[in-house]
Amino acid sequence: MKTIIHTENLSLTYGLKTPFEKKAVDDLNIDIYEGEFLGIIGHTGSGKSSLVQMLNGLIKPTQGKIFLNGKDIHADKKKLREVRFKVGMVFQYPEYQLFEETVYKDIAFGPINKGITGTELDSCIRDAARFTGLNEILFDKSPFELSGGEKRRAAISGIIAMTPDVLILDEPTAGLDPQGRDRLLRQINTYHKAKSNTIVLVSHSMEDIARYADRILVMNKGRCEMLGTAKEVFSQGEKLSEMGLRVPQITSIVQKLRANGIELPADILTVEQAYFEISKLLDKRGYIQ
Amino acid sequence: MRDITFGQYIPSDSVIHRLDPRVKLVLLFAYIISTFCTFNFYALSVPLVFAVLCIFLSKIPFRQYMKSMKAVFAVILITSVLNLFYGHGEVIFEWVFIKITRSALNNSAFIVVRILCLIISSAVLTFTTTPTDLTDAIERLMKPLKVFHINVHSIAMMMTIALRFVPTLLEETDKIMMAQKARGADLESGGVLQRVKALIPILIPLFVSAIQRAMDLAMAMECRCYNGGKGRTRMKVLSIHSRDIMGIVVFIFSLTLLIIFDIFIAHTVR
Repeated sequence: MKTIIHTENLSLTYGLKTPFEKKAVDDLNIDIYEGEFLGIIGHTGSGKSSLVQMLNGLIKPTQGKIFLNGKDIHADKKKLREVRFKVGMVFQYPEYQLFEETVYKDIAFGPINKGITGTELDSCIRDAARFTGLNEILFDKSPFELSGGEKRRAAISGIIAMTPDVLILDEPTAGLDPQGRDRLLRQINTYHKAKSNTIVLVSHSMEDIARYADRILVMNKGRCEMLGTAKEVFSQGEKLSEMGLRVPQITSIVQKLRANGIELPADILTVEQAYFEISKLLDKRGYIQ
Repeated sequence: MRDITFGQYIPSDSVIHRLDPRVKLVLLFAYIISTFCTFNFYALSVPLVFAVLCIFLSKIPFRQYMKSMKAVFAVILITSVLNLFYGHGEVIFEWVFIKITRSALNNSAFIVVRILCLIISSAVLTFTTTPTDLTDAIERLMKPLKVFHINVHSIAMMMTIALRFVPTLLEETDKIMMAQKARGADLESGGVLQRVKALIPILIPLFVSAIQRAMDLAMAMECRCYNGGKGRTRMKVLSIHSRDIMGIVVFIFSLTLLIIFDIFIAHTVR
């Protein structure tokens, strides 16, 4: 697989040479592959947000390098802006970035900065709104009139409209209701499948990460603790709980069932999978006609 | 953005830190006025010595004071240079059209020392007093204004809240700037007009969130039955100690000295 982002001894220290010195990211060496869905999990303050903000050059690392398509992003200061168009970043609670008179104009802000014009601009905006499930009826409204969920969708659309190669989402579902979260994540996944671009999702929800991510990066105290497929990571439940994390609820239920002698596979990560396996088992035992 | 310090309180354990904030505030005002009532170098030396004394007593590293002076260095330089060219009487330096007289030189030196005294004395106050103590002191000192139906408590509360939210708003600005930079906002290049235009995507979200925050805060205060200063008591009651009286006595002594110098020694500036 082709590497799109590569980090080399990446470190970030806040308040360098002051009594408040704090290492947020510590000697990180990771590869992000083109077209993958990478999940990042970690306890609060484990350096997840600092890491993703370095990946598109918003924060300069105190040490180490970041390579995008093999090129050091801090090598040329003038090219840094281009990096930000290639690596789109959706912040936590992105609603606060809305400022234009209409939703349409606000979504257009990023792509216009990128230099997209004319009919291409219009199709970028409409595409982005479709992917996030933002109704086109809202285009002429002021972004401040929207509901919380609609604002979130408009803000995410503003990033997707820049057609980035890598899309980073820092807890995009924080503060949304359960239905809204499921819908938004499904739509992000649809977008990922349709464009086959790279997605980096930072989340606190093990269930969401288990459902969508191809690979998972586990951060602890600024270091990369594990990096592997969902099955690899969630099979190490004990190590995760030492870091204040846990496996998805359904996985721990299945593990308890297994401990009681019920023969289910060990690597069940979603409710659907569990449903499928349990009904297969019941069928085998003759409980289902 | 995060490096901007406001209020600049520097914690330490010194006599000046422990002085009553009301006393400090009143003395600062009296000090500033007296500094402008000096008319010869003997009189001016009194506030200068007083300022140096405060620096020593405050137990705050001298470089902190240097930092606060650096900010107004340009102002000091320009005023002193401009003053060099105004003056009459004995010429001590002449080159083409530039004439510098002794009185101009005196004036210029005088102004520099006066400004330095002002900066040091206000720095002593802000370095040694927390913003909350300061607003407390202002509230107490303005109490007599109640006679004119001025709501002193509200003014003090507004000041406290404003000070409280300066770091929050700075953090917010930082966050919004990052988000707009991620959308390709260009804040660093372009002419003046373009730079001003580039600020719009930052200022609008900042105002929106500040207003939202203010409304939330008002709601939270009302939920806790806040209804102004009526009948409120304080956790920390300000009280005058012997050290405060000492401070006042020392200041009055130096003020007397200053007045004596002013009266009995010939004026060098007018």
